[in-house]
Amino acid sequence: MIALIGVALAIFFSVYSSAFASVSNASTLSTYVAPIMIFGIAEVFVLTLGEIDLSVGEVYVLSPFLVVYLNDAGLGVIAAIIVTLIICAVIGCVNGLITVRLGVPSFITTLGTVFALKGIVLLSSNGIQVNPAGTGTIANVLGGWSYSSIIWALAIAVVGHTLFRRTTFGLHITAVGGNQTASAEAGVKVGVVKIWCFVLCSVLGGFVGFLDGYRIGSLNPGTDGLILMFYGVAAAVIGGTALTGGRGTMIGAGIGAIVLGVLQDGFNIIGINAFAYQLVLGLAILGAMILNVQLELARSGQGAGVYGSLARTLMRLRTGGAGRRRRERVAK
Amino acid sequence: MQVEGITKSFGAVSVLRGVDLHLEPGEVLGVVGANGAGKSTLVKIITGYLSPDSGQMYLGGEPVHLRSVQDARRHGIETVFQDLALVDQLSVYHNLFLNRETTTGGRLRFLNNRRMRADARRYLHNIQVDIPSVDVPVEKLSGGQRQAIAVARATRRDDVKILLLDEPLAAMGAKEAKLIIDLVQNLARTRGVSMLVIDHNYTHIFELCDRVNVVEQGRVTLDKRTKDTSLAELTEFMVSSYRQQIEEDSA
Ligand SMILES: Nc1ncnc2c1ncn2[C@@H]1O[C@H](COP(=O)(O)OP(=O)(O)OP(=O)(O)O)[C@@H](O)[C@H]1O
Ligand SMILES: [Mg+2]
Repeated sequence: MIALIGVALAIFFSVYSSAFASVSNASTLSTYVAPIMIFGIAEVFVLTLGEIDLSVGEVYVLSPFLVVYLNDAGLGVIAAIIVTLIICAVIGCVNGLITVRLGVPSFITTLGTVFALKGIVLLSSNGIQVNPAGTGTIANVLGGWSYSSIIWALAIAVVGHTLFRRTTFGLHITAVGGNQTASAEAGVKVGVVKIWCFVLCSVLGGFVGFLDGYRIGSLNPGTDGLILMFYGVAAAVIGGTALTGGRGTMIGAGIGAIVLGVLQDGFNIIGINAFAYQLVLGLAILGAMILNVQLELARSGQGAGVYGSLARTLMRLRTGGAGRRRRERVAK
Repeated sequence: MQVEGITKSFGAVSVLRGVDLHLEPGEVLGVVGANGAGKSTLVKIITGYLSPDSGQMYLGGEPVHLRSVQDARRHGIETVFQDLALVDQLSVYHNLFLNRETTTGGRLRFLNNRRMRADARRYLHNIQVDIPSVDVPVEKLSGGQRQAIAVARATRRDDVKILLLDEPLAAMGAKEAKLIIDLVQNLARTRGVSMLVIDHNYTHIFELCDRVNVVEQGRVTLDKRTKDTSLAELTEFMVSSYRQQIEEDSA
């Protein structure tokens, strides 16, 4: 369903302005979509557990700075990048350990990490912008070249989806998020699963930091990491991942990211006033979410009230055929 | 299997105060007792989910120390927990195989969903558990069906030696209960599986069990063969000890 909303939006913007469907816009659009997609995938790992990682956006701000510092300290760029990813993993591990072992809700744990990391970025950079370390091929591959970000994002989506849907680890993420006690009683190592999810989330956040750093070509210590993180959460949730845990989809997060990217890019092109833009974007996200949630409820026959019946009507229009086919398959 | 002097407290509440209990090969032991007596806690300890504060467990005469549910499973101990330990959002077959998935790809552990689905379907068919499909999420099943899935999960593997059933029939209709009782009795007879069954329904206990233990306030207070006792005697024992307790409390 959310995919349909995306297509409808794309058609709307294309009709409204010929610039939207142009080749030059394709690379612009992809730079909107790619980071949101990776953040979305990162958050699906923790949201499916019923946890959240607020700090992933701040890891994103920190990571390219770390590469610069390590590079200044004499490490080669590639080595610096690898060490930085390890540091990001350690940050995720700390988030996970505090949440799992000390029993602090992840919302609070990672809220703490947000400020701590922000402090580290500001202290270490003195609030001054710098250029990312490394040029040439490394920079191009890691976000410098127009389409490299989106290629990375899609690759990460494929790997993320496979991990999530096709491996025991992925199954255990859903199991733990769905019923932690039951999973523990079935012998699933709940703590280990959770910590790994925080690690993955953080590493992905750090990786997007490289992509955007090399794309933009300068590193701003004041970048608002929280808003980027929230785009990721929004993409995941619009795509059908439940904040309450137990249900997540990587493909949904990818599509959600495309919808948000199309919205941002489209509004830019049709030239909505910069102040109105945030308002419209907010309303558009709310609208997409309400529709999505109600459709989901209607599908399971629980939709209530006006929105419920609206959603049911919409669904009947859309899936009159598909629903029947599904029932027939079950009957067989 | 044997446990000696098992104690367990949650904070200031002492739930088990020295439980001694034994289970012979192929034997079916019933455990009864009031709500909150500590029966489920005992089961969770025997299956390695909780560790006791003190006490010792023996398997085949050898002292063992279980560190986890996985550890207990390696010793052939399987459990149906009172809460059933099912994940609502997952399909029936994923629940049946939870944490014992059939995988391919070595260390990467890719799920072999096709195999699991087929095996689940075959096993549930064999033990005559009736569900719409192994693909439906467990949340779509009725209480009795969920219970049947939990029992099926614990009995699926051939290497189960000790089966712990914490109120396995609580939500079951007469027909389904009979099915589970038959399954359990069959396991005990043909494969020599030992069983510990917790149930508040004494009729079930007498139907299923060779021996019955009463747990009261964290201790085993009665241990009799079902042959040597009767429904009336057991009920009388429970009622009188209940009276005594009230008198003690008011004194
Ligand atoms: N994790 C826990 N934390 C604190 N107290 C607990 C915990 N688990 C059990 N208890 C307490 O231990 C006592 C015994 O609980 P248990 O579940 O073993 O009883 P039970 O005999 O199985 O009762 P029922 O017949 O109702 O299932 C209860 O008073 C319960 O409140
Ligand atoms: Mg109990």
